Amino acid sequence: MGKTMSEKIFERKVNHAVQPGDLVIAPIDCAMGQDGTTPLAIKSFLDMNAQSVFDHHKIFFVIDHNAPSPMESVSRLHDEMRSFAQKFGISLFDVGQGVCHELMVAKGLVVPGDLVVGADSHTCTYGALGAFATGIGSTELAVAMISGKLWFKVPETIRINLHGTLQEGVFAKDVILFIASQLKADGANYKAIEFHGPVIDRLEMDERFTISNMAVEMGAKAGLMVPDDKTFSWVKKRSKRDFESVFPDPNARYCEVVDLDCSFLTPQVALPHRVDTVKSVEELDEIPIQEAFIGTCTNGRIRDLEVATRILSGRKVHPHVRLIVAPASREIFLHALQMGWVEEIVQAGGVFVTPGCGPCVGTHQGIPGDGWNVISTANRNFKGRMGNASAFIYLASPATVAASAIEGKITDPRKYLR
Amino acid sequence: MSWRGYAHKFGDDINTDYIISGKHKFKTLDMNELAKHVMEDIDPNFYQKIKPGDFIVAGKNFGCGSSREQAPRALLAAGIRGVLALSFARIFFRNAINCGLLVLECNTSPIQNGDEMEIDLLVGKIYDHTQGVQIEARPLPQVMIDILQEGGLVNYFKKYGSFRGV
Ligand code: SF4
Repeated sequence: MGKTMSEKIFERKVNHAVQPGDLVIAPIDCAMGQDGTTPLAIKSFLDMNAQSVFDHHKIFFVIDHNAPSPMESVSRLHDEMRSFAQKFGISLFDVGQGVCHELMVAKGLVVPGDLVVGADSHTCTYGALGAFATGIGSTELAVAMISGKLWFKVPETIRINLHGTLQEGVFAKDVILFIASQLKADGANYKAIEFHGPVIDRLEMDERFTISNMAVEMGAKAGLMVPDDKTFSWVKKRSKRDFESVFPDPNARYCEVVDLDCSFLTPQVALPHRVDTVKSVEELDEIPIQEAFIGTCTNGRIRDLEVATRILSGRKVHPHVRLIVAPASREIFLHALQMGWVEEIVQAGGVFVTPGCGPCVGTHQGIPGDGWNVISTANRNFKGRMGNASAFIYLASPATVAASAIEGKITDPRKYLR
Repeated sequence: MSWRGYAHKFGDDINTDYIISGKHKFKTLDMNELAKHVMEDIDPNFYQKIKPGDFIVAGKNFGCGSSREQAPRALLAAGIRGVLALSFARIFFRNAINCGLLVLECNTSPIQNGDEMEIDLLVGKIYDHTQGVQIEARPLPQVMIDILQEGGLVNYFKKYGSFRGV
């Protein structure tokens, strides 16, 4: 019987055959921690009386969640990360460099075939490169930093085949919201997902990351894609590391195969407070909004800012709406500056905040008011997610968010893209 | 090893933002401070209702969402001994074991809010003394039982320096 990508990656790491359900201790290729999880990992590291890290070239810290620091206590935690990183020679991406998941893929730190752990649930983003990447907690990050190994249960895999061609105005975000509505928030719990099909083949890497990023919203342990020429050119431009890609066997055994035709897909919106309660934008009643947010590890990339600019250019954000934009990294921000997109968005009335997580997780910069409706390009709309449990968060593509910002209500972006 | 405590019942898909919201967790590593805010967006008085040793009893997909280990740690600091749920999100499940919070998958529908519970980890049995029923828990892998018996991954790793018997 053939093997899935996940099974083959684990086999290569442990040098023996594995089956779904097997527990293995596997060496990791790299480990990542951000400022919401690393301080606790450092505490666990010290509690374990550890003296050294297994390999400082394979550990990366990012200060992105609460950056720049909004309060003293956070500044202290950030400083703990900085001193720890300095002591052990660990690379740390400081305030303003970007969201951890964008940096891990854009700096060439992850390559196809890798086994990567990150103390952040959206570590699954790197699956788009053909790596097995999964989220862990702080104490496990500490163990990974000390020993370079962790135990894993080899997951079963759901194969999702995405057929057809996306219509104008329909994006990777709409695809993954639609998938979430089909699989539900626990539909892939404990499992890996492999995304296949012509829709994936045609997407650029920016958009593939959007899809793998949200695999965890269905509970998946990882969200993998088969590497192709686009993957290789992405990685070769960014990484000096040698790599050996892993491909699924044609007769691989999947626990479930899901076929979805995406040709009829329209722009999708996830309704509060669940990622899997999704409707087509056409089916929605008029929903006024008070805040619009473009950014995050899901949709803060170049193509996202590009399409938002296309829609906002020469227009004005509705006077009742705060439009906040957080580029996913400094490089993306610089690119947007050079292209004149920042100017166009700011002219339209948008507000730029530091590259990083921005208002995504409710720590600062754009906490909604009571009863507000927010339309966001993020991956989660849990109650209280953005820092106010009395707000309502809708999730959509950057195009839908930009169009909604102009009209002051949730809007189908297609009329602005024709 | 067995533990007794009272049940606090919740529904499906209780996410980590409900358990401890991001706006609190990034501020501090002081779990006693975070403990005061557990579940506050669902039940603002929840913290006051907990007696040390109590259990949370929930439906499916408990702990979905972020990888924040502050979620199980804050529950422990608030006095919660364990969580029984129909299913758990995987990162929360691992984190809970690594912090020493008991987590068992089982059919939680017979359990009512306020029931007196008893959990036997080694035999994987749950007793609801109020309803007079016994519930089978899904067995845990040995490595998880070992980590729980040491009170979490920090102690386990200090003792063994690696993972045993996987
Ligand atoms: S952008 Fe949002 S979802 Fe992504 S890592 Fe930051 S807080 Fe998490």
